[in-house]
Amino acid sequence: MLERLIRLWQLRAAVLRWLRRGWHLFVDRVVEPVMECAIRICGWSAILFIFAILFFVLWIAAPMLFGGLDLVEFFTSENWRPTSAVRPQFGILALLLGTLSVTALAMLLAVPLGLGAAVYVSEFSSGKLKETLKVLIELLAAIPSVVWGFVGMMVMGPIIIHFTGAPVGVNLLNGGVILALMSVPIIVSVGEDALKAVPDSYREAALSLGAGRWEMVYRVLFPAAKNGLLAAVLLGVGRAIGETMAVLMATGHAIQIPHSLLDPIRTLTATIAAELGETVEGDAHYRVLFVIGLVLFAVTFVVNLAADLVVKGIRSERTS
Amino acid sequence: MSHQYCAVLVAIGLLVAAGCGRSSEGIRMEGSDTMVNVAQAWAEKYHETHPEAVVQVLGGGSGVGIASLIDGNCDMANASRKMEDREIQRLKAKRGVEAKEHVAGHDALAVYVHKDNPLDTISLEELAEIYGEGGKIGKWSQLGVDSKVLATDEITRVSRQNSSGTYAYFREAVLGKGRDYKLGSIDQSGSKDVVALVANTPGAIGYSGMGYATPGVKMLRISKHKGEAGIAPTIENAKNEKYPITRPLWIYSAGEPEGQAKAFLDWILAPEGQKVVLDLGYVPVGEHAK
Repeated sequence: MLERLIRLWQLRAAVLRWLRRGWHLFVDRVVEPVMECAIRICGWSAILFIFAILFFVLWIAAPMLFGGLDLVEFFTSENWRPTSAVRPQFGILALLLGTLSVTALAMLLAVPLGLGAAVYVSEFSSGKLKETLKVLIELLAAIPSVVWGFVGMMVMGPIIIHFTGAPVGVNLLNGGVILALMSVPIIVSVGEDALKAVPDSYREAALSLGAGRWEMVYRVLFPAAKNGLLAAVLLGVGRAIGETMAVLMATGHAIQIPHSLLDPIRTLTATIAAELGETVEGDAHYRVLFVIGLVLFAVTFVVNLAADLVVKGIRSERTS
Repeated sequence: MSHQYCAVLVAIGLLVAAGCGRSSEGIRMEGSDTMVNVAQAWAEKYHETHPEAVVQVLGGGSGVGIASLIDGNCDMANASRKMEDREIQRLKAKRGVEAKEHVAGHDALAVYVHKDNPLDTISLEELAEIYGEGGKIGKWSQLGVDSKVLATDEITRVSRQNSSGTYAYFREAVLGKGRDYKLGSIDQSGSKDVVALVANTPGAIGYSGMGYATPGVKMLRISKHKGEAGIAPTIENAKNEKYPITRPLWIYSAGEPEGQAKAFLDWILAPEGQKVVLDLGYVPVGEHAK
């Protein structure tokens, strides 16, 4: 009886040992590699997605891009008539100028406002006020773009008509102001980080030499943080160029080269968004919209790369 | 070792993704933005009397619906333009059936101006001069409208995005074949948006379905030639074809519809379905248009 109990106990211990070893084996051979690989996939996925998207856009655009599309007309004509029954024309000059003008206007408004706010938050506010401001600015960045578009159409539009006597309220000015408000949060948060990264010894040295606070900001902090501030501005530019829904609603979406602030305009992004849904798949029009996608891809890539190189510039400067 | 696991994981991911692609059974109707309201109303009304039938309605545009029909992702495609030859060819090549065309109603395109605009009637010729390439009308005073009332003399043209069925129809019916739009119009992405912008903009003129009228806008009477009496966009005038800019609303199916889809389509063309068309401000088809 006792012997049997002991043997049973030994058996149990053996089974447990075997199970434990199995578990360790399982963890070593299965769980670890799977986890490792899952994490690796996460890391590589960003690269994968970028190339997959680029490949996909290029794949659809290629038949038009390398044959059929007159690239000179594409970049120099303002006639965007992709569905004309007479002669379809694919000229994006007006759309390109629309994108550039609304981005330039937005930056003209957003850069002073954004950098000013960054300086205030970083250098002149403290404690609760600083925290509140930071939270509110982040909140501003979280407002969906369709809501901004709505504000442009329903609030800004009538205000513009009332004060300027413009025939229509959705135009370059409206789109520029809305885009500026959307880019400010990015400029503020990146700009503030750049200012915060300047060592306090710079500030102390400047103040001890008798500089005023404004002099300290203007003569010491700006030069010291100039790369970070430039990166903030470029990220804001990237945001403005890529924005779609808000500009579609606020700019008026009219194909013309703008001559005044009150002219309705149309951007590249909004053109794709508005037209792609109803084109015939595989059609010339459909493919040209993807070529526009490539143009946008190229522009935002250059802007982001510039921002990246500038940021890298800061790092190597600091380590040297 | 770990590469094998990676391959397995990716394969599982793809399988899961592929499994999600197919949605549940039911009648799927997709397409024209102009028709999406009426299609939704059909689906709801039909479900009341036929609780066993589930109708899914998607918008996205005439082109999207037709592409979806070609790929076999929907049973019926709504279209506010005719299916193009190459689309019919592709349907035949891909699914081996002919496209079947059904007219489910008519849409009278109304020309809208701001409610304070004193203009009452406009001729097709004048509309072509306002919207057409090289057209000579750009000021309200050219139409005899006192610019003081509108606070601007500039005519703000409101149009649709160039891939919309409404855009193509208005071009054909008003500008005539072989004429393009003047560039620089404000191109809206939805029928409703056109009316909303005209209501907000005293100097604007725009075209959109008759069913989208709101208290902020006024529908103009249309005459064929300048000086003739204008015809108001009403159901009555659209039905007897007096009103000059009326177009059919099409439903396309791949071959003759069968089973549930056929029952639904028959119901749409029957008096119950046509009453929905009328209720939403569109014009019912022929014999049921009482």
